[in-house]
Amino acid sequence: MHEVLKMVAQRLALGALTLFVVSIVIFGATELLPGDLASAILGQSATPETLAAMRAQLGLNDPAPVRYWAWLTGALQGDFGVSLATRRPIADMIEQRLGNTLFLALYAAALAVPLALVLGVLAALWRNSIFDRVANAGALSAISFPEFFVAYILVLWLAQSGYFPSMVRISPTSSLADKLYMSFLPALTLTLVVTAHMMRMTRAAIINLMASPYIEMARLKGASPLRIVLRHALPNALAPIINVIALNLAYLITGVVVVEVVFVYPGLGQLMVDSVAKRDIAVVQAIALIFASAYVLLNLTADVLSTLTNPRLMKRG
Amino acid sequence: MSLPVFLILFLISSFALAFVFRAGLSRALPHNQAIIARDMPLTAAFGIMVIAVYLFVAIFAPLLAPFAEREVVGSQFQPWGGAHPLGTDRLGRDMLSRLIYGARNTVGIAFATTALAFVVGAFLGIWAALRGGWLDQVLSRFVDALMAIPSLIFSLLLLTIFGTSVLTLILVIAAVDATRVYRISRSVAQGIVVMDYIEAARLRGEGTWYLIRHEILPNALAPLVAEFGLRFCFVFLTISSLSFLGLGIKPPMADWGSMVRDNATLITFGDITPLLPAGAIALLTVAVNFVVDWQLHRASGLKE
Amino acid sequence: MKNLNNRHGVTRRGLMQGAAALGAAGLILPAGMRKAHAEPQRGGTFRVGIGHGSSTDSLDPGLWDNLYVQVFAASRHNQLIEVNNEGQLIPEIAESWDSTDGATWVFKIREGVTFHSGKTVTPEDVLASLNHHRGEDTTSAIKTFFEPVTDIRVDGQNVVVTLDAPNGDFPYLMSDYHLAIMPGTDGRIDPTSFDGCGPYVVESYEPGVQASLTRNPDYWKFDRAHFDRVEILSIVDSTARLNALMTGGVDTIDQVDPATIGMLEARGTARILSIPGNAHYVFPMDSREAPFSDNNVRLALKYAIDREDMVEKILGGHGAVSNDNPIGPANRYFHADMEAKTFDPDRARFHLREAGMDSLNVTLHVADAAFSGAVDAGALFAETARQCGINIDLVREPNDGYWDNVWMQKPFVASYWGGRAVEDQMFTTGYASGSSWNDSFWEHERFNELLVKARSEIDEDLRREMYHEMQQIVSFEGSVIIPMNNNYVMATALNVATPERISANWNLDGFRCVERWWFA
Repeated sequence: MHEVLKMVAQRLALGALTLFVVSIVIFGATELLPGDLASAILGQSATPETLAAMRAQLGLNDPAPVRYWAWLTGALQGDFGVSLATRRPIADMIEQRLGNTLFLALYAAALAVPLALVLGVLAALWRNSIFDRVANAGALSAISFPEFFVAYILVLWLAQSGYFPSMVRISPTSSLADKLYMSFLPALTLTLVVTAHMMRMTRAAIINLMASPYIEMARLKGASPLRIVLRHALPNALAPIINVIALNLAYLITGVVVVEVVFVYPGLGQLMVDSVAKRDIAVVQAIALIFASAYVLLNLTADVLSTLTNPRLMKRG
Repeated sequence: MSLPVFLILFLISSFALAFVFRAGLSRALPHNQAIIARDMPLTAAFGIMVIAVYLFVAIFAPLLAPFAEREVVGSQFQPWGGAHPLGTDRLGRDMLSRLIYGARNTVGIAFATTALAFVVGAFLGIWAALRGGWLDQVLSRFVDALMAIPSLIFSLLLLTIFGTSVLTLILVIAAVDATRVYRISRSVAQGIVVMDYIEAARLRGEGTWYLIRHEILPNALAPLVAEFGLRFCFVFLTISSLSFLGLGIKPPMADWGSMVRDNATLITFGDITPLLPAGAIALLTVAVNFVVDWQLHRASGLKE
Repeated sequence: MKNLNNRHGVTRRGLMQGAAALGAAGLILPAGMRKAHAEPQRGGTFRVGIGHGSSTDSLDPGLWDNLYVQVFAASRHNQLIEVNNEGQLIPEIAESWDSTDGATWVFKIREGVTFHSGKTVTPEDVLASLNHHRGEDTTSAIKTFFEPVTDIRVDGQNVVVTLDAPNGDFPYLMSDYHLAIMPGTDGRIDPTSFDGCGPYVVESYEPGVQASLTRNPDYWKFDRAHFDRVEILSIVDSTARLNALMTGGVDTIDQVDPATIGMLEARGTARILSIPGNAHYVFPMDSREAPFSDNNVRLALKYAIDREDMVEKILGGHGAVSNDNPIGPANRYFHADMEAKTFDPDRARFHLREAGMDSLNVTLHVADAAFSGAVDAGALFAETARQCGINIDLVREPNDGYWDNVWMQKPFVASYWGGRAVEDQMFTTGYASGSSWNDSFWEHERFNELLVKARSEIDEDLRREMYHEMQQIVSFEGSVIIPMNNNYVMATALNVATPERISANWNLDGFRCVERWWFA
């Protein structure tokens, strides 16, 4: 256990470093974008005078390192500042959307992870059967359709006939049942998008172990195929499966802007794209850091879990 | 014809085709390969067949397409049949011709992108694993940071900075993909560099380049090939998602990802036009991965 | 898509005297109209899905730039002057306006109007609202409107504006949508506040997502604002917008994708509203730069475009062919008898030869940010031009930053104008020498001379003649290709009723669907 704690501490330190690098990359990239906040807000109607006035008001005339330093010192004290485009505190803007994003990610994961595990185990159990082939081809087809297209098809089938709404209208006061009903189609879309990856990894990880001597042993002892897969193969195959689940969870939190647009779902991805378009660097930075933290923490959790589920890894440290 | 009936018919006929294709292949090939061909599963035969057809279409696109890629041949959204077997698109260009040219452009771009991502990512990943130390640390931390940024939004940023020519599109998607490849190849290579034969080669005084090419790469190929299969297909999706967010390939070039986007609205009215390019992508994805699965299976040595 | 500010369709009639306009056009519909459209009824929740809106939208009136904030603003605010559905100026918070010399304008402020917060609307509030767009450090998009203004002061119940030179069009400027009347404190408005004196009171607002409003119980207009509640939703994806309408999630949407108008109509579950206006799509060429500095090259390009085909394919038929004329059929001095330019490869080649060329290579920069369908329009243009020996290399630019980095930066681009019904306004803003929005950098001596002359010409016939000559010059010697006038295309559920005439001045009934429409 001591080893695990040490690993967590070490990884958290590295995670902090990652966040720092992310903030520099994002800041640099946003700086490199043509135009700035003032010209983005004023758009076609900008004149040299109004641009100058706005730059002065927003403090955009400071050199980039000065602005980065100001942002960094604020962020380190937990103050992400005020959105320059809307003049609202960034924490307020993000709070509710972060909740929405996490809700949708968990909802989709709650559908996708069990589905992927069951399908993956069954495919491994009946490997090379028709079931295996069809499940595999079906899952592959599902991920090879662009997300927005999967969404349109689901809307055609399930929303136009009146079963589910084609757009999500939730507020902080909506009841859980309402939220689940409203967000069903986006969650289903994401489920279709992420299931294939997890299912294929589950199947591959299990099959990978099926040639091992200890499985052979169990088989010779006369254990049923299902028992062999569930009791002998699956526990040892958990590490790669957990890793893939973590990666997909990270995707569900950070990569779903297209689904948000199609279902008008007020999540962080849309806010980030809007903020990039307006060059509202402080907001972009805050969201990028949330996304990066989610990624780092999920990977860390996955590593801890795989270490815990696999004593051999633990000994290696 | 209802959809399930159509699907079942499609499945049956594709497997029948694959069966014939496999039989033909095992006859036509010299003895050694013929055995491999005879023993391969039908799915793999199906995959190889589809890939072969795609390559054929891509290479001979100008000969196969009834009209030019950019040519406006009539009014928009003409129904299927007659001179335009798959109708026309929203500008009145022949849909079939655009699908055929799309094969060439899409597969070409996807291949160039994935190949570049793998060359860069795999080389850096293996190199980092081999050298270790500060080089490994610096590279890995940097790649970690890049991976922690959502890839679609990051691509969007980069493309807005560097412009949207086909070359920048390939470079940007390849750069983002290379981080994923780096991570996999590094972890695979880390398992290999501790092996005795690497130590032996090092003692022989072999250089880094030799070690990568002759010792590590051949042993790391299987997982990399599997990754290649998926990454290759994801390039189409990335292009499609980018065009959803307002960036895309230079018109009037036809590519499937953008074609799905351009026609996607029609699905709302039950018009299946956008299913054509989407289906073309899906079929290729399935085919590539069938072949990859077969290769992985052969590499794992599991006999059943 | 952003529009240039203040690209209205207002007619010149009734500009000088607001009260007269009320008598002429009136708020009360003629009897004939009532028969066709039943009396407006009160009630219901009106949900409108708009293809704009962003989480970074600002509440600051000087920064309003997209249809979402414009409709949201029209729901909660009033202005000094309204443009009615016939394109005439009618009084709103200004009960009347008058000027004896065209340089000093007196706006009489309506009494007894209150803000949602309960405060009475005073001339001081109007002063603060106008001053927000004026002065050194304002960032308002309409700062230029106020540059000729030397003084604004309160005089009893009046607000008096003094200009440095006479301008008969000034009330027209005061109808601009940025000029919302908001409560002032110490001479300043709070640009982060919702408080207005308009038809609906804001209940909740989430930028880029939705706004909910309830009817203002104290609204001073007795025959407007028929809905009990209004919800304004931002649905940027056009397919999602269609789906929302078809599944009953919203009652009205804007910007129906031309490709789907026919199919939507065929379903019979929605009504298409297609409103022709003076809005037009443009391909400006930088006339300072070769090869566009040669008028023969420009003419060759003008004959190399198939306008009919473009109206059909890019607008789905919902628009009209334009003859490179920024003045539209709705304008008073529209020149309808100019020689029409059709797709004519021989003529295009002829002009190329005149320019001393066999073939021509140009690069056209497009993005759908310029107008929806701009990329497709560019592809069509390139295709027809190819048949004339002109090779158009199409560069698809990112939507992001298009107006910053492409428009007026690259020599040959796509652009959009909302159009104006006052000829002088259109020409002065877009075509006069040195104007900051002269996006073709075009200079024409005769044109500039006529422009100044026509402004002060009193003789109607002479004036018409001058404007006709100017249109002729722009069309045949100008440096913009204007292939088409686009309609505003909206769709509503069948139970949404509208006045028979819908304003051609801006989308969604001049942003005012929320207060002019009702449930049947």
